[in-house]
Amino acid sequence: MMLEFFFTRGLRALATLLLIVTITFVVLRLSGDPAINILGLDASDEAIREFRRSWGLDQSIWVQYVRYLQAVIEGNLGRSMLDGRSAVDAVIERLPATLSIMVPGFVLQLVVGIPAGILSALRRNTWLDRLVMTSSVVCFTMPGFVFALLLVMVFAVTLHWLPSGGAGTLAHLVLPVLTMGFFGAATLARFTRSAVVDVLGQPHIRAATLRGIPRRRIVLLHVVPNAALPVVTIIGLMLGGLVAGAVITESVFSWPGIGRLLVTSVASRDLAVVQTILLMVGTAMVLANFCVDLAYGFLDPRLRHGQGNSANKG
Amino acid sequence: MQHASVAPLLQIRDLRVRLQSIHGPIEIVRGIDLDVGRGEILGLVGESGCGKSISWLAVLRVLGRQATTTGTVLFEGRNLLDVTEKEMAAYRGRRLAMIVQDATSSLNPIHTIGFQLAETLVHHRRIGWSSARTEAKRLLDRVKIPGAERRLGQYPHELSGGTNQRVAIAMALSGNPDLLIADEPTTALDVTVQAQILELLQEIRRDSGMSIVLISHDLGVVCETSDRIAVMYAGRLAEMAPSSDFWRSARHPYTRGLLDAAPDIDEPIGRLRAIPGQVPAPSETSRGCAFQARCGVALPSCSVETPAMTPVAKHHSVACLRSPSCGREIVQVPREVTACHPF
Repeated sequence: MMLEFFFTRGLRALATLLLIVTITFVVLRLSGDPAINILGLDASDEAIREFRRSWGLDQSIWVQYVRYLQAVIEGNLGRSMLDGRSAVDAVIERLPATLSIMVPGFVLQLVVGIPAGILSALRRNTWLDRLVMTSSVVCFTMPGFVFALLLVMVFAVTLHWLPSGGAGTLAHLVLPVLTMGFFGAATLARFTRSAVVDVLGQPHIRAATLRGIPRRRIVLLHVVPNAALPVVTIIGLMLGGLVAGAVITESVFSWPGIGRLLVTSVASRDLAVVQTILLMVGTAMVLANFCVDLAYGFLDPRLRHGQGNSANKG
Repeated sequence: MQHASVAPLLQIRDLRVRLQSIHGPIEIVRGIDLDVGRGEILGLVGESGCGKSISWLAVLRVLGRQATTTGTVLFEGRNLLDVTEKEMAAYRGRRLAMIVQDATSSLNPIHTIGFQLAETLVHHRRIGWSSARTEAKRLLDRVKIPGAERRLGQYPHELSGGTNQRVAIAMALSGNPDLLIADEPTTALDVTVQAQILELLQEIRRDSGMSIVLISHDLGVVCETSDRIAVMYAGRLAEMAPSSDFWRSARHPYTRGLLDAAPDIDEPIGRLRAIPGQVPAPSETSRGCAFQARCGVALPSCSVETPAMTPVAKHHSVACLRSPSCGREIVQVPREVTACHPF
């Protein structure tokens, strides 16, 4: 049963990745000409022809697609059209910078969002609940770049406490991490709150109170584990948002990470680099969702026995 | 069993519960006086929504901020409605235990039976986890769950409703409470399991002298098991009488209606008799007796005056304006009123 679970999961993951490759290929190829984007409008016809020939752009789109797919399957993700370097190298080089704001940002989301949601649910309809939920709505609805610019205005321009952009010192990390963290924290707080409120209304919580179990223990051992299931689902989905957040955050703060590389590569239709980034993101998402599915079985014994059947439907 | 002679274990006086709703506060429980004697099984009957469970959840103070409870609940000389939340928590489970409706949903789905039992034991008896586990097994044996050792490692969804009900009873016993409140302990179970659970409750009382309040909408269940029966209607007590001879001595028109509505195994099969009309919604704050609209023997004064519980015999009180002046003959509701209500 477990084998079947891994097998179907694996097939679905492959299908997802193939879809990602295909869609990016189609969109990037149909929306602009890399030769002109990279060489510039005033390049000579000869140079453009030569560029197209050397990158195989003179072939039909089908031939290009099949060749590209073949290369990807062989593990060759191609070279950057911009400087001829291996696309994988170009991306990996930027990885540490992105991870250095993504990981703390994600941790910030969890550390702020989950406790805020739990507290809000436990103090439902009090001033604390309203405060948390109002700030959550504000953070949630405000576009990421507006939030980022607000932070710059307050902490960099007005107070001069922190640099407005660039990288190098720990101080440079603060504003990008805050930007990454707060949007996700707001989402997480709302979902955690509603999950906890839902569990608090379940009969077994009142039964535990009637048994005389102390409140703190009920919250930690009865409420939180039961509320974890929907929250873990959301955390899995939020990983996608994290990548989107990185693109915006890195652009606003001129952070030399993968998000900015993605923006510049799309602008120059540098297919190999864009594909490499998206494949990496896609793999990360597939892995994350796989972990979420495994977590379900760990968190809820009712799903454990039917893991092969029920969990892979979700 | 013992009534007025010894001081009762628990004394409820003028218990009122008000719930906040979008239409303003609604009084669900409207002034209840009730004593529970030591070692007594008190049956509490009434239709769904008449305030049976709410009263006891209010006594144990678990209704949350949306509810306001007034009155007094004397337990060993202390008013439970006045003690601090911390003190109250020490009463719950250890002195007063309550089994809520639907045992399966009253158990945490993600913890094993063994964990939940041991957790309660560790908390109440201040023992270590390993001895709690041994004790948990002993408790499961006591409530007659076969294969107790194996059950400890199972989850509520893996067990039957009857087994879960026994587990819930075992948990309630883990604090050795003086009073056990069992809310509809047999409702979701089939008849043979019902009988076993009721027998178990009686056995527990016999062995430990624990007082038990048995809440049920099933008059038959309550009559068989309890020593005294209290009938509730629309948030008030309608009648209270010893269960021996209850079938004949009950006087309140509502109680009579309930008794008549119970299908009799000796009678030829015919139509079931229902009490006409329906329970007034708690939001209807009408004057007078709440039952008068459905009552076949209502007096004009019934719509003005709210009847109080009045003694009519030893250990027997009725809240009806026709009582005690009227005996059974008037309360014998004319057939055309109660009979033949097609479903």
